[in-house]
Amino acid sequence: MIGFRVDGRSGVPPYLQIVRQVRQALRMGVLDVGDQLPTVREVVAAVAVNPNTVLKAYRDLEREGLVEARAGHGTFVRALPPGPPPGTHSRLGRSLARWVRDAREAGLDDESMESLLRVTLRSADAADSESEEIA
Amino acid sequence: MSLAIETHELSKRYRRVSALTECTVAVPEGRISALVGPNGAGKTTLLRLLAGLAGPTGGTASVLGGAPRQDPAFLAEIGFLAQEIPLYRRFTAEDHIRIGAHMNPRWDAALVRTRLTELRIPLDQRVGTLSGGQRAQVALALTLAKRPRLLLLDEPVAALDPLARRNFLTTLTAAMADADGDLTVVLSSHLVTDLERVCDHIVLLAGSRVQLCGDIDTLLAEHKFLVGPRKDTAPIERTHQVVHTVTTARQSTLLIRLNGPVTDPSYQAEDVSLEELVLAYMGADEAAAGKHLTTVGEGS
Repeated sequence: MIGFRVDGRSGVPPYLQIVRQVRQALRMGVLDVGDQLPTVREVVAAVAVNPNTVLKAYRDLEREGLVEARAGHGTFVRALPPGPPPGTHSRLGRSLARWVRDAREAGLDDESMESLLRVTLRSADAADSESEEIA
Repeated sequence: MSLAIETHELSKRYRRVSALTECTVAVPEGRISALVGPNGAGKTTLLRLLAGLAGPTGGTASVLGGAPRQDPAFLAEIGFLAQEIPLYRRFTAEDHIRIGAHMNPRWDAALVRTRLTELRIPLDQRVGTLSGGQRAQVALALTLAKRPRLLLLDEPVAALDPLARRNFLTTLTAAMADADGDLTVVLSSHLVTDLERVCDHIVLLAGSRVQLCGDIDTLLAEHKFLVGPRKDTAPIERTHQVVHTVTTARQSTLLIRLNGPVTDPSYQAEDVSLEELVLAYMGADEAAAGKHLTTVGEGS
């Protein structure tokens, strides 16, 4: 069983914070297929969020096919999120470490690197959504 | 989806002062609605009209399908917690539980005792000797013991420390979960971070008028900050509703309510937080205040 954290100041809607924490737990192997998510009552009694928020998060996860609601029993993990094969993270991590070394040598500090990453992600997102619209 | 609260141009005037002006709102059943606005915007007036504690001078209200009135059948389904937590300080929580049982047909005494015991609040101690947070919990538990279908809370957490506030909100959300959709809450507060956690609907009053009413996630998705070079905003205003503008020598930041996609590539669109949305709409009223100078809120 996992617990949730909801940060009222993060700017990310509470339901999305819950969705992301479940996905994260699935990716990290904290949750596995067949495991039960905390009930709505348990979540709201622990972190003071609206029950509808938890329901909305669980419905989103259900639509993604990651969990299933079993009437009268609760919500259970059905599948792991589609992701890259094992080893991908460490391979990409190594190449990112090389990139960070290059960037340091070129005189970029951490803040410049973070903003460069954000800008690159954003322009990649924009390119993706454009190509989706065309398709 | 049925509505717990529906008002149409609801108004309340005190002599020449308008405390609430043509207030039209809808709150669906099973939601926790945040009632926000500056002091004197009319929040308490609206709550009192909805609870049947005051009569409107104009417009109509439908609460749980009926007009608010001083009638036991209507009041049995409504819990109202006023700002100045109304408890008898010399009585214990247990005394209050017994008084409540005499006055309310659907009274659930076991529920109060269980909740207060969970919170380790003594039932046999005079309420006046409890801490502010404990008194608020006693009042909320007593209000919930009525098994209301609508709960109207007027700034219940304003005076509480962060931990007491969190405990109060947890009791509230747990009661929502237990009611399984048959409880609607209107919660007035200035603490937007609390509201962001707990509420999924908002009613924003400023200058005695409704500025914003609706589902929070929907409203957040409908609003964007546009950041771009300072230039004529007329083309944007033709398509979208500009709520708030901040202009420096070189840059304009516009808060807009979207009406389709933003096509001008010189603007960067950014997401809006609930706090930013609330502040912008409160400020929008200030900017428009010249338009209805006769509107003055009640003091609270």
